[in-house]
Amino acid sequence: MLAQVEIRERSGESCIARNDFCPGWIVDNFDRYTDPLVEHVFLTVAAVACGFAIAFALAMLARRQRWLVGPIVGITGVLYTLPSLAVFFLLLPITGRGTTTALIALTAYTLQILFRNIVTGLDNVPADARDAGLGMGLTDRQLLWRVELPLALPDIVAGLRIATTTTVGLATLAVFAGAGGLGEQIVTGSNITFKTGVVAAGGLAVLLALALDVVLLTVQRLLTPWRRAQPA
Amino acid sequence: MSGEAAARSASTAAPVEFRHATKRYRGQAEDALEDLSLSVNAGEICVLVGPSGCGKTTALRLVNRMIELTDGDILIDAASIRTRAPAELRRHIGYVIQQIGLFPHLTIGDNVGVVPRLLGWDRRRILRRVEELLELVSLPADMRDRFPAQLSGGQRQRVGVARALAADPPLMLMDEPFGAVDPINRERLQNQFLRLQSEIRKTILFVTHDIDEAIKMGDRVAVMQKGGVLAQYAPPAELLMSPVNDFVEDFVGADRALKRLSLIRVRDVDLWQAPPARVGEPTAAVRARIAAADLPHPLVVDAEGRPRGWMSERDLARETVPERPDSAPDPLIDADGVLRDALSDLLQSDTQYGPVVDGRGRAAGVLSVEIISHFLSSPEATEQTTDPAARATT
Repeated sequence: MLAQVEIRERSGESCIARNDFCPGWIVDNFDRYTDPLVEHVFLTVAAVACGFAIAFALAMLARRQRWLVGPIVGITGVLYTLPSLAVFFLLLPITGRGTTTALIALTAYTLQILFRNIVTGLDNVPADARDAGLGMGLTDRQLLWRVELPLALPDIVAGLRIATTTTVGLATLAVFAGAGGLGEQIVTGSNITFKTGVVAAGGLAVLLALALDVVLLTVQRLLTPWRRAQPA
Repeated sequence: MSGEAAARSASTAAPVEFRHATKRYRGQAEDALEDLSLSVNAGEICVLVGPSGCGKTTALRLVNRMIELTDGDILIDAASIRTRAPAELRRHIGYVIQQIGLFPHLTIGDNVGVVPRLLGWDRRRILRRVEELLELVSLPADMRDRFPAQLSGGQRQRVGVARALAADPPLMLMDEPFGAVDPINRERLQNQFLRLQSEIRKTILFVTHDIDEAIKMGDRVAVMQKGGVLAQYAPPAELLMSPVNDFVEDFVGADRALKRLSLIRVRDVDLWQAPPARVGEPTAAVRARIAAADLPHPLVVDAEGRPRGWMSERDLARETVPERPDSAPDPLIDADGVLRDALSDLLQSDTQYGPVVDGRGRAAGVLSVEIISHFLSSPEATEQTTDPAARATT
């Protein structure tokens, strides 16, 4: 018995020593991923939430002032193309190392997708529904909240899904801004050469992206029963 | 109409008056609507008709301030629309547009309940009202929980009307309400709407580009021409009889005589009576009736009185009246329809006459091309009826 345990341990060690992929090691060391995972979830959700708040405000502005759509898409597009690492390092002197810096950068990356999808969603509201709504005496605000936004929801959620998935990936670089996250277990120090660790952290990021996507999809399906109504 | 019914309807319909109503868009030389003055009595249908670009839709949308007046005024129940906030004003005016504009994300019940909710009615009152309205437009109550995408075009159209009627507005604006429906359904929806109007007696402004629809639906018809100018405002019969200028004459069309047929309901003419024959009856009894009838061919009806077909010589030679006579009863003519539509049905079926059926499908007589041609040759015959709602009910 004793001998057997020893052999297994030894073989585990040798797996690590050979830098193969070692599932056993992940099971034994799962604790080291809990905190980074929580940080990662926080970074993603907070960045998408802030991004949505800003994009929504911009979209409301552009709904009244159509000419703003072009400039806003342009500016958020520029933000989107900036290399993320460069942004982290540019921000460091201003906001210092830490979560704030990471959040600012991650938020900036969501704006383009979220803004575009909110605007598209509002544009896709049938003109006759809008006309009928106003003609029946809905105020502009009532029209927005009761007709336009519910009808734009599928497009808006589509934007949120893309933004969330992208942010889960980008947030692995947040470690360079000193904000932790799963990236810590992938790209810092000697971790980058440790296959099992990279696969474990990377796999968690993928699972997180999938899980958040499923949550958003479920929310959308619950909120839009009319999309599933079968024609008679 | 009884005095009591008149009093009740008077409380839910308002007269409308255009006073030099003018709309001019900046940077455009021509007015979209030029100095329109006309008044519509409470409870009447006024149809605005004309070619595209004549300002008829502009005139309609000025009333609920979807478009703002440049000059002049519009009075509803003697009160200027300028004194009321647009949203508040619109909640008291029914609005039906060609594309209907149902909200795809709301159930039929919620669609119909939009305005009552805006007016702050409580849930139970809204529910009751929705039920009432679906019945009024002859939709089954279980439609309430469906979504617009699950309804046919005709059903959606009726939901649109129900929604416009939800808060019992004294005035309805209808912009080509039957424009998106196929011709066969359009005729049926028009007839249903006229029957409905004979019950609710709202003041209705109705826009169409179709002169036939205008003549059929309107108590009075306003013919408009390019540049937003009113050419003639008159009851349909007068319009057909004496157009004021070449434009109106052209617009009304060379087939004015034929169009007068749209003013007469099938049920209002003296129909022929075919010798009746019940399924299963001895043919000897039927043969005996032929001499006294207007027609030599007996019309077979079933136990409920619904036409089954015409008896041929061969059918008459049998012992009893067959369940399936040799000749089908086509075309069946709707007693609520107008002569023009009936004539078109007869010509299409290549036959001289057809059985008329009432709302329940029971035989009510026989209409022939000969009866219709009598109306074509005597213009006086059309003057007796100018009220479409009355035509629909009498």
